[in-house]
Amino acid sequence: MPAPVITATDLTKTYGDFAAVDGISFEVAPGESFGLLGPNGAGKSTTMRMVGAVSTRTSGSLRILDLDPDDSGPEIRAQLGVVPQADNLDLELRARDNLLVYGRYFGIPRKVVHRRADELLAFAQLEDRAKAKVDDLSGGMKRRLTIARALINDPRILLLDEPTTGLDPQARHILWDRLFRLKEQGTTLVLTTHYMDEAEQLCDRLVVVDKGAIMAEGSPADLIRRYSSREVLEVRFGSDRNEAVAERLAGTGDRIEVLPDRVLIYSANGEAVLTRITEQGLHPLTSLVRRSSLEDVFLRLTGRSLIE
Amino acid sequence: MSGPLRRGTGTPFATDPAVSDAAGGSAQARAAIAAGSRPRRFGAWYVTEHRLRGMASYRGTIIATGIGNPLVYLFALGVGLATLVDRNLDGSSVGDVGYLAFVAPALLATAAVTIASEEFTYPIFGGFKWNPIFFAINAAPISPRQIVDGQLLAVLFRMLPSCVVYYLVMLVFGAVPSMLGWLSILAAVATGMAVGAVLMSYTATLQTDTGQIAMLMRFGLTPMFLFSGTFFPLSQLPVGLQWIGWISPLWHGTELGRVFSYGHAEPLWLTVLHVAYLSAWLVVGWLVSRRVATRRLNK
Repeated sequence: MPAPVITATDLTKTYGDFAAVDGISFEVAPGESFGLLGPNGAGKSTTMRMVGAVSTRTSGSLRILDLDPDDSGPEIRAQLGVVPQADNLDLELRARDNLLVYGRYFGIPRKVVHRRADELLAFAQLEDRAKAKVDDLSGGMKRRLTIARALINDPRILLLDEPTTGLDPQARHILWDRLFRLKEQGTTLVLTTHYMDEAEQLCDRLVVVDKGAIMAEGSPADLIRRYSSREVLEVRFGSDRNEAVAERLAGTGDRIEVLPDRVLIYSANGEAVLTRITEQGLHPLTSLVRRSSLEDVFLRLTGRSLIE
Repeated sequence: MSGPLRRGTGTPFATDPAVSDAAGGSAQARAAIAAGSRPRRFGAWYVTEHRLRGMASYRGTIIATGIGNPLVYLFALGVGLATLVDRNLDGSSVGDVGYLAFVAPALLATAAVTIASEEFTYPIFGGFKWNPIFFAINAAPISPRQIVDGQLLAVLFRMLPSCVVYYLVMLVFGAVPSMLGWLSILAAVATGMAVGAVLMSYTATLQTDTGQIAMLMRFGLTPMFLFSGTFFPLSQLPVGLQWIGWISPLWHGTELGRVFSYGHAEPLWLTVLHVAYLSAWLVVGWLVSRRVATRRLNK
């Protein structure tokens, strides 16, 4: 196995008494696409800032590209691309100028920056917006421009903090497509998300994070296999009845989760469970059989849903 | 990569931790060291380039005010008001020269401070807040200190030519009797940068703008313009108010400019004090700004 590009051991960050990141350990291999999945406030962004060598750890060890960010912050950052949670493009500059200015921060010669800026505008499907003011771009375009900016130094590792939060479905799919291309080209991706579909689409391997600690680690399929069943039956009996009916559903599947608006029944075969339920004389208002997702894994691990 | 490969190679010149860390280390560490060397050296200059490019978006304003301000002020005060003042003083004059020569170096220093008050207030607060590019710059291999240094450098690049233009207009108006008059440009720039550095150390701490910057302008900078011996000698003020001038960097800068532009008579120790006082403002503002920026960006 090649040497990991990121190694975190017992990584901790505290603010006063509060541990934002509480002793997490993970490794990322070159070319891997690695995700941190968890709800808001789980410590994902803090972890990303430490990996991005802009926030110092309180304790534990962290090596990025075989360097310690405490000593070699600029050297590490020279090899990273960072897409922050909130866009921080320069609103005073035009789209292409944002790339030019940013490229200079890596000491890239002007001529090379100009060439790369054009390539990246094409990659981000923004060629016709090169001269546009940043403010006039849509949310999805700004996001793509931010990704283009993060790629200006041809980074070894691309860090993406909640890359598609706040985007409409179409814009998300365009973005995923671009990120998938990078993955195919062998760029190491590290991303945080609270969208399970995003994690399933983009991550080879992920850790589920909650309250600053890692709850589980594995590939999306792996995690679903370990912590959930193949299928899930979702039934609704009306918000005041779900709880009461749930007791009578015991034993119909492998496991039951009662949520305020619906009851989830985990089993290998959702349709079979539904048949059994109706045979018991229970008639849900709505029913849905779906495959298990990381949302179910998260629910199992923490007893809470991912988006609250 | 395992430990033994990294440790104990004993490169004789490995004093920089970044370098010693990679000495004999992995290829990926060596690549990072190489990629980081230019930003480490020239980072502040890249920030300057960026800021100047930002200023270019309002270059029209910069040029118009750069030429218009000295024309308007020197004409109104130096010619209009001066006629009145000089006539009424009946030749005895304010501070050993005509009013135009008296007021011109003060206006020059004021112009520099005005530029500082534009460039080190909203653009700095904004860089952390509204248009948070400082975070983006710091995510690249640039340190918060380099960001601060780059801001100072960029404003210097705007302030110096503006003051030169101002000075040229002063020459046209015949407001500079002394051969050493051009040194008043440096006095003005030093004043502007000193005030600017301290302004930045404050605006960099602001988390929200609920009018603090506007208040600062109204109750800090405006009184400073009025009571720094700008339009009349400090000695005209009641003794109880003269301290305003003594603590005001604009007063020190103005008096320094007068020494150069018309040989204003003052003891040498006072001239040295002007320079020392302005330097202190500059250095303290600069170092505190660096500290504030580091804390804010790398928390």
